[in-house]
Amino acid sequence: MNNLIEIKGVSHAYRTRSGPLPVLDNLNVTVPQDEFCAVVGPSGCGKSTLTRLVSGLMKPDRGEVWLHGERVTSPRKTVGMAFQNPVMLEWRTILENVMLPLEIVAPQMKRAEAEARACHLLEMVGLKGFEAKRPSELSGGMRQRASLCRAIVHRPDVLIMDEPFGALDNFTREDLWQTMRDLRAAEPFTCVLITHDLRESVFLGDQVIVLSGRPARTQYVLDVDLPADRTIDILYTPKATEMLHVLRDQIRIAQGRDGGH
Amino acid sequence: METLQKIAVPLAAIAAFLAVWELIVWANGWPNYVMASPTDLPAAYVRFWELFLVMGWQTLWRTVLGLGLAVIFGTLLGMVMGFSRLAREALYPLLVGFNAVPKATLVPVLALLFIGQHDFNTVLMAFLISFFPIAVSVGIGLSTLEPEYRDILRALGASRFTIFRKIALPKTLPEFFGALKVSVTLAFIGTNLVEIVSPHGRGLGALFKSGETNGDYPLMFAVLIALAFLGIVLYYAVVLLERIFAGWAERPQG
Repeated sequence: MNNLIEIKGVSHAYRTRSGPLPVLDNLNVTVPQDEFCAVVGPSGCGKSTLTRLVSGLMKPDRGEVWLHGERVTSPRKTVGMAFQNPVMLEWRTILENVMLPLEIVAPQMKRAEAEARACHLLEMVGLKGFEAKRPSELSGGMRQRASLCRAIVHRPDVLIMDEPFGALDNFTREDLWQTMRDLRAAEPFTCVLITHDLRESVFLGDQVIVLSGRPARTQYVLDVDLPADRTIDILYTPKATEMLHVLRDQIRIAQGRDGGH
Repeated sequence: METLQKIAVPLAAIAAFLAVWELIVWANGWPNYVMASPTDLPAAYVRFWELFLVMGWQTLWRTVLGLGLAVIFGTLLGMVMGFSRLAREALYPLLVGFNAVPKATLVPVLALLFIGQHDFNTVLMAFLISFFPIAVSVGIGLSTLEPEYRDILRALGASRFTIFRKIALPKTLPEFFGALKVSVTLAFIGTNLVEIVSPHGRGLGALFKSGETNGDYPLMFAVLIALAFLGIVLYYAVVLLERIFAGWAERPQG
């Protein structure tokens, strides 16, 4: 299987008033095509920097980011992004919000065709009937669903998500995990998910990467050896519990609290 | 029913205002060369109706033109300040200082600079007094755009211009219209300032001045009411534009 994303020896530091602040230190990550890579780590360890590097919004100080065998130096149309804030444009309807990337990536696409594509996705995430609503008329969970549709409407190779479910309540969050699973079953794409929810990383991920504290490097990689058609119940099996335990221990180490209980 | 209420309530308020005015003048027994009352006004309008139309039109077009220039210049200036921190830091003190200068002091300056260019001077003053709120609101609207809004398009390789057109511009519209409502009334003040102060002026301001010269108080008050009427008309024209272009920002009540 070929690797869609390759992060090779990436180091990055932010320039601050009190000198350079290194956030990533010789980071190496590979994600095979159509795999789901969840990234966890202590707060402030440089996880969000990682998303900006992969999407080409930022260039690393050192090291290389490769996507589809091409070196990433600037933003590209084959990436979709979703943030913790759904970032819905209030002057557009939900449907028009979802269609936004198509206007940039495929301006020659016919409006009817774009609409059909957006409607199809909205139906898949359970937002049929809300196409003509304004974002402020929807709940936070529904806005985040629409945001996911917008992130994949142009069929990107990679979907990069920075804590997209972080601001939602637990039950809504679990609903959205299942929506995510269904979307990927319908049309596979490679995923990078930044999260601080270990259950989320195990439920969604094919591999879970634990980053060390700042400056972050790869501390641990967990292969999530669970079937693809997971249900929430799988999180209560001994196998998943064991994985969660391992991850929790790794986080503790990353926080610099070795063996503390 | 709802539309009836929308029209009836403000009209009733205006009627009440006129009644109180009439009552105060009547109770104090002021003659109309001290203070005119609303019942004095119709006679003034009937007598000078042609002048009101001509002068009112002059005031209106010069105000609208000045305001139009303020919109164009204010928006451009706001864009420069919104996108460049350097420009923001450089221009803010200058702008605030300029805005603090009483515009009446500029009338003689302009009159000397552009002698006899009455129309030009009037439009220029309407513009000078009204561009500030627009520049500031557009500047703040653009500079406070959350980076995530930019990133959703930037991550797709969209150009700066596309991001401005699809995100920054529409997102700034509510602030822009808020400022425009302030600027409308300011522009009227600018126009009238020149019309009243400069000799042999034109427009409603000059009509006010001639009423003062002739001790015709009903005429002076009739001019003020006419100005108020034009102000209201222009204000609601802006409200209408706001409904059309930024109606999304209005949340349903309740």
